[in-house]
Amino acid sequence: MSAPTLVDFDDVVDRYDPVLGLEVHVELSTNTKMFCGCPTTFGAEPNTQVCPTCLGLPGSLPVVNRAAVEAAIRIGLALNCDIAPWGRFARKNYFYPDMPKNFQTSQYDEPIAVNGHLDVTLEDGTVVRVGIERAHMEEDTGKSLHVGGATGRIHGAEYSLLDYNRAGVPLIEIVTKMIPDTGARAPEVARAYVTALRDLIRSLGVSDVRMDQGSMRCDVNLSLSPKGSGILGTRSETKNVNSLRSVERAVRYEMTRHAGVLDAGEKVVQETRHFQEDTATTRSGRIKETSEDYRYFPEPDLVPIAPSPEWVEELRGTLPELPWERRARIQQEWQLSDAELRDLVNAGALDLVAATVEAGAPSGEARSWWVSYLAQQANTRGVALDELPITPAQVARVIELVSSGELNNKLARQVVDGVLEGEGEPDEVVAGRGLAVVSDDGALIAAVDEALAAQPDVAEKIRGGKVAAAGAIVGAVMKATRGQADAKRVRELIIERCGT
Amino acid sequence: MSELTRLTAAELAQKIHSREVSAVEAAQAHLDRIAAVDERVHAFLHVGAEAALASAALVDESLDADTPPASPLAGVPLALKDVLTTTDMPTTVGSRILEGWRPPYDATVTAKLRAAGVTILGKTNMDEFAMGSSTEYSAYGPTHNPWNLDRIPGGSGGGSAAALAAFEAPLAIGTDTGGSIRQPAAMTGTVGVKPTYGGVSRYGLVACASSLDQAGPCARTVLDAALLHEVIAGHDPLDSTSIDAPVPAVVEAARRGAEGDLHGLRVGVVRELTGEGYQAGVQENFDAALRELEKLGAEVVEVSAPHFQYGLAAYYLILPSEVSSNLARFDAMRYGLRVDKGASAEEVMAATREAGFGPEVKRRIILGTYALSSGYYDAYYGQAQKVRTLISRDFAAAFEQADVLVSPTAPTTAFPIGDKVDDPLAMYLNDLATIPTNLAGTTAMSVPSGVAAEDGLPTGLQVMAPALGEAVMYRVGAAYEAARDAADGSPFATRIPEVKR
Repeated sequence: MSAPTLVDFDDVVDRYDPVLGLEVHVELSTNTKMFCGCPTTFGAEPNTQVCPTCLGLPGSLPVVNRAAVEAAIRIGLALNCDIAPWGRFARKNYFYPDMPKNFQTSQYDEPIAVNGHLDVTLEDGTVVRVGIERAHMEEDTGKSLHVGGATGRIHGAEYSLLDYNRAGVPLIEIVTKMIPDTGARAPEVARAYVTALRDLIRSLGVSDVRMDQGSMRCDVNLSLSPKGSGILGTRSETKNVNSLRSVERAVRYEMTRHAGVLDAGEKVVQETRHFQEDTATTRSGRIKETSEDYRYFPEPDLVPIAPSPEWVEELRGTLPELPWERRARIQQEWQLSDAELRDLVNAGALDLVAATVEAGAPSGEARSWWVSYLAQQANTRGVALDELPITPAQVARVIELVSSGELNNKLARQVVDGVLEGEGEPDEVVAGRGLAVVSDDGALIAAVDEALAAQPDVAEKIRGGKVAAAGAIVGAVMKATRGQADAKRVRELIIERCGT
Repeated sequence: MSELTRLTAAELAQKIHSREVSAVEAAQAHLDRIAAVDERVHAFLHVGAEAALASAALVDESLDADTPPASPLAGVPLALKDVLTTTDMPTTVGSRILEGWRPPYDATVTAKLRAAGVTILGKTNMDEFAMGSSTEYSAYGPTHNPWNLDRIPGGSGGGSAAALAAFEAPLAIGTDTGGSIRQPAAMTGTVGVKPTYGGVSRYGLVACASSLDQAGPCARTVLDAALLHEVIAGHDPLDSTSIDAPVPAVVEAARRGAEGDLHGLRVGVVRELTGEGYQAGVQENFDAALRELEKLGAEVVEVSAPHFQYGLAAYYLILPSEVSSNLARFDAMRYGLRVDKGASAEEVMAATREAGFGPEVKRRIILGTYALSSGYYDAYYGQAQKVRTLISRDFAAAFEQADVLVSPTAPTTAFPIGDKVDDPLAMYLNDLATIPTNLAGTTAMSVPSGVAAEDGLPTGLQVMAPALGEAVMYRVGAAYEAARDAADGSPFATRIPEVKR
């Protein structure tokens, strides 16, 4: 197959309106699976977290996990959805080796939550309201590992290994309504929506929402319609989008690809595509000769889910402070301008700063550390801020050491470097590297005298009353003490020794 | 034949608990009987002699220590339909695809039987995946009717019913999806009960059709069935469709019924389930049963259930639909048969299913796959569900006019082996009278109603009651049984002929 013709992005948005749709799967962090009592811990030995029910053994039966229903209702409520008073599970029938029963139990046409919205703030502060079509419960499949062959895919593999630990882990699928009118900002809106959804679900404490571990997965639906026409185009569904950055890139790539197809006078094929992380492109999934017929029908092994209005209201009462409420509170408490708050959010530093403040640091210092020095370190290492190997509590301790005078800013940065290098807690780094501020006047006086003697012209100026000139001597003393002196005390000593 | 095998479960339990007979002796007597006749009857697919004797020995030990029996049936032998999982025996469901499969877990019914000290002798033959009315669709060969070895014992639970009629066990467990307990009971002159849907846990019952399947007791007397019913029934947190309500007091009801007074009870004859299409001897015995019920003081009224005539059609859409999905898991990937033909997983799945499933199972998988297909769902599955609702309403209306409903259990007596195996529609008609109860989720039983004059084979009286109405049903069944025995001068089981050589 020849490489697709891509149209320049600016050209695409000049002539077409993108229409977005996002389907996000979230693995719930319940203790047990959706329909049985097996644990859901990630990363266990293959096939150790299984039982007759999640292995689909003959005769086994499912029982709905109440904690999963609770989590689904809380997600629905946080997304401003209506909670269905009655709904059945359905069976989605298709054969695949990683699905033990060869059907997936899923809420097909009777989802637990419908018709909500999520307000999403873009980098420049623009708020976009994304409509939520539905949120429904289903069970995850197992995992296949295809061994041998060139591609790691099932075709051409020598053999395949199956791990059913994930089979039956509860999933919530959250589907947006069509998101129109985003124009050139479609990629950014997609990313911002997934980010906002991740933060929301994390605040509810119902999932780890780790895209890298697959506990949050995103499918991107995209179509183009000729600008201003209002005529919906054919959509593609891109799977395997495993990071926030990929969400943005997948939308961008599909827009340029669709435009290429349409400009050539051809029709966009309605198909599933797979995002390729390395090239930031998508490739077509297997084209099926016939469309899959899942033969849905109501799951006869389960009774309907019928949450009472009282229970729903009780769960509404358990909703924590939601991310947007928290941001408003923090902005007020820390007295931030809109721009300052936005910078903090965009840098991914809000939670880290808040945690540092909770660990006892003043908000100003905490912000300063995370958005400047630590942000630089993250950037240098090519990782996200929250992936740096330092905790907010450690940062708070460094700030405390500075304010007590035991460290100066330069030494503090060295302590942070030590923590990042894995040398232990801040106090251990201080001891290990011998970084405490030199506060012994005797040693300092000797260094000051030496510096004054080395720069007699400067010493003369100071003696003549030009106190500002003391900076050069301070610098020399700090250099001589390898930064371990308290600069304020050095300045005092210089002035003392010059007798002014 | 040892006298022990002629006893009812209640009589045998009394002898064991009074230490007149040991549980091991009771188990051995039945194992000996199986060894003597099962080659000809073929009721069992697997006999677990060692485990049975060990379990019986535990009961004896416990009685020796003056511990009260674990249940009124402790030490009594039982035959278990091979559709319920057992950790110590294979579970094949009568299919090649599960040949030799050893489940890692016990069905709830199995666990309850073990906890009650019941001695499980082995696993009984059945139509493959409980689909059939003659046990001829078993992958392991047919079961023969002890009344006449050339005849079918009914199905799908022909093995359990034949084991009772051949005196290989005084108790058996069956499962009933469209009549698989009741029709074999009628064919073999035994008692079989389909409990209210949700009355007995389905956990560990290998599914045929989830919304219809129900395990139930089989025995040679109504009281024995009641004793077994109370052992296996009750709420199970592992089965969401299990009813969280007290088990109806069926033993007490059976004892009360045997006293023979049905004054104040109304018995409804379902007009649509009599007359045309019923064998003469079946109809005659049914009419005679109605006269007995009247003599017992019951008021016999006629009721109409106009939608029952659509029951068979609705059943053969709902059942295959669920079957097509339930049986998808048999794909060679995790357990059971595996035919390693082809290069891909899909090819292995297809080859395994082609080799592992028999003709009736394939027929129903194809029917169900079609009925659920996009574009056909509303016309078939959707429409059938509406019929199901109408049948439930027919029952509700009929139970306004009568406490129980009655009909012949099956339209004919046992037919010759091979007679209908190539004519699915004729086979399906066997379940005409039993299917409505499964569709409505209500309860029904079959009690022997004599032998047909023309062929000397047994017939059954079906007694139907509302959901959780087992008590009144057992009462009527036991009263009728007592009256019939009194008229005959001996229990019905004494009329069963010895298994021919």
